[in-house]
Amino acid sequence: MSDRIQEKLSILADAAKYDVSCSSSGSDRKNTNKGLGNASNGICHAYTEDGRCVSLLKILLTNHCIFDCAYCVSRKSNDIKRAAFTVQEVVDLTINFYRRNYIEGLFLSSGIFSNADYTMERLIRVAKTLRTEHKFNGYIHLKTIPGASEELMKEAGLWADRLSINVEMPTKKSLALLAPDKKQEDMIKPMQFLKEAIIANKEEKRLFKKAPKFAPAGQSTQMVIGATPETDLEILYLANGFYKKMNMRRVYYSGYVPISNDNRLPAIGTPVPMIRENRLYQADWLLRFYGFNVNEIVDKKNPLLDMDIDPKLGWALRNLNMFPVDINKADYQLIMRIPGIGIQSAKKICDARKFGAVTWEHLKKFGIAVNRARYFINSNKEFETKDLQPMQIKQFILQESQSKYRPNFSPQTKLF
Amino acid sequence: MNTVVYDGSYEGLLSAVFEIYEYKINDACIVKKDEVNGSLFGAVHTVETNEEKSKRVYKKLKDKLTPNALSQLFKTFLSEEKNIENVLYRYIAYTLSSRVSVENNFSHPDVLMLQQTSRKVHREKHRMEAFVRFQLSKDGLYYSLIQPDFNVLPLISNHFEKRYADQRWLIYDSRRKYGLYYDLHKVEEISMQFSENMNDKNALKAIIDEKEELYQRLWQQYFSSVNIAARKNMKLHIQHMPKRYWRWLTEKKG
Ligand code: SF4
Repeated sequence: MSDRIQEKLSILADAAKYDVSCSSSGSDRKNTNKGLGNASNGICHAYTEDGRCVSLLKILLTNHCIFDCAYCVSRKSNDIKRAAFTVQEVVDLTINFYRRNYIEGLFLSSGIFSNADYTMERLIRVAKTLRTEHKFNGYIHLKTIPGASEELMKEAGLWADRLSINVEMPTKKSLALLAPDKKQEDMIKPMQFLKEAIIANKEEKRLFKKAPKFAPAGQSTQMVIGATPETDLEILYLANGFYKKMNMRRVYYSGYVPISNDNRLPAIGTPVPMIRENRLYQADWLLRFYGFNVNEIVDKKNPLLDMDIDPKLGWALRNLNMFPVDINKADYQLIMRIPGIGIQSAKKICDARKFGAVTWEHLKKFGIAVNRARYFINSNKEFETKDLQPMQIKQFILQESQSKYRPNFSPQTKLF
Repeated sequence: MNTVVYDGSYEGLLSAVFEIYEYKINDACIVKKDEVNGSLFGAVHTVETNEEKSKRVYKKLKDKLTPNALSQLFKTFLSEEKNIENVLYRYIAYTLSSRVSVENNFSHPDVLMLQQTSRKVHREKHRMEAFVRFQLSKDGLYYSLIQPDFNVLPLISNHFEKRYADQRWLIYDSRRKYGLYYDLHKVEEISMQFSENMNDKNALKAIIDEKEELYQRLWQQYFSSVNIAARKNMKLHIQHMPKRYWRWLTEKKG
């Protein structure tokens, strides 16, 4: 009995792990009913050996699937072991892991068995049982099954903190090539529906405090990168559209892990594009927190992100006319854009300079990456930046940072 | 130099600050009671922890500092770092002597020190919220042993009380020899002898719930199944989960 559960867990966790989303933040579900758990900032309880955050019990309800998406291990034509959890088994695992402080909650997804609604109903039943029978207030993320009815999506939003629909591929063309059973509209339409339902619920909550929550942590999506020939320009413009038009909380980029001999896809053994994935996350970070416009990061002339250096440094080198910046006078917004200075440090500089000039020595003590910042700041007497060409600066920085600023290949990175 | 001795508690430290002002002690150096060594020069002043006095200092600070800075002060204290009392004392004196708020003057060494130290302590608090692993005992107690780098139990109490409101739990700091116990109503600090081989497999068998081993095994299975071998990056793994914590983590014991 327990061996069987363990086997199922190994199959259904293994099949779910390619969905890179791990976030458990953005919800504010409180433990007001003296029940179990709450959802707030999101904690990573562990990190796998590949350095990724483990925050949720991320599993499939089943890996049986009637579709045949080429990039997916669970595809119909793949000859693998199949398994399925019962609703009760998922509930028990979630509760018992949660009580031991292993996880923040559950991320439940599934292959499509019989049809979309049937599958979606099961996912909802798990969430509903947790919330009603176990007074569970931890985080629940449900994957929405493409093609599920709007009524079911509405119900899912009542129990879940976050819902997601994966766009899978950056373009329609790639989707048609690799996932012949799916159409991009089947994903965009429900995203639109969720967006409106979430906005409507926010309005409602403003009027009636007691109105039930609807997906308080919003929606997210994911696309596989490196399986198909799209440029970073196409990827980032799509992501930007999701942020701007769909109020998406997060877009995840999943570097394709070769799992198949299908000749439409990179062969097994091809390295996972981890640096590229990392650069995309850095670019995404610039869009969401640093006030960058997408066309400052990639454009027709530069459709690919530089793999040697991070996109913020890349932007600075293309815009040397904006530098050097006087850290004692410049706007916070501009200080944040100096390579080597992050949001925290920019705040510190702006706070400290009210008491007197911030000097080069102070910057060092603040823990700023002065080795890269120094080319872009003018309060630095030690170093003349005049007349250096972008390529020279890049070379200097790369030489100095051989090991120190190597990107860490993690979607959770905050490295600048 | 004048040595001011206090009992090691936060209240004690605030009382000491009060008395430095009260007795106009110049050139004070604050030392914990059990860190006083024989070779002391100058006068020694011993402080009795006094609720009234510590409250008055606290209130004064509350008027002058934002809640964030106030909490940084406490967190820095919990770092237990050598000589931290005197950084805190200088910070308090600087705060009280200035008419304007100085808590963001990061060019000042003590302000910067406070900001950086409290951040380290905060990181450890966050780590413990993540790394506590409860085991269920036969009598329905979820218990956990930890050895945090800093004295963070006072900082994590609230988090666990809110989250695990419907289960009895105990988190025990086996380095500092005290713990937090929640009895379904309130959290209490308790001190007890909890031997370290409580974490040892055989000693455990006798007291743990019959399902406990199963869930530990399932968690270990899960942890290894979610790993993507093609992306292996041990450096990052260890950076996030430093080795010194492994002996307390179910998934790393397997
Ligand atoms: S529908 Fe989902 S589970 Fe099924 S093959 Fe496609 S991606 Fe995989």
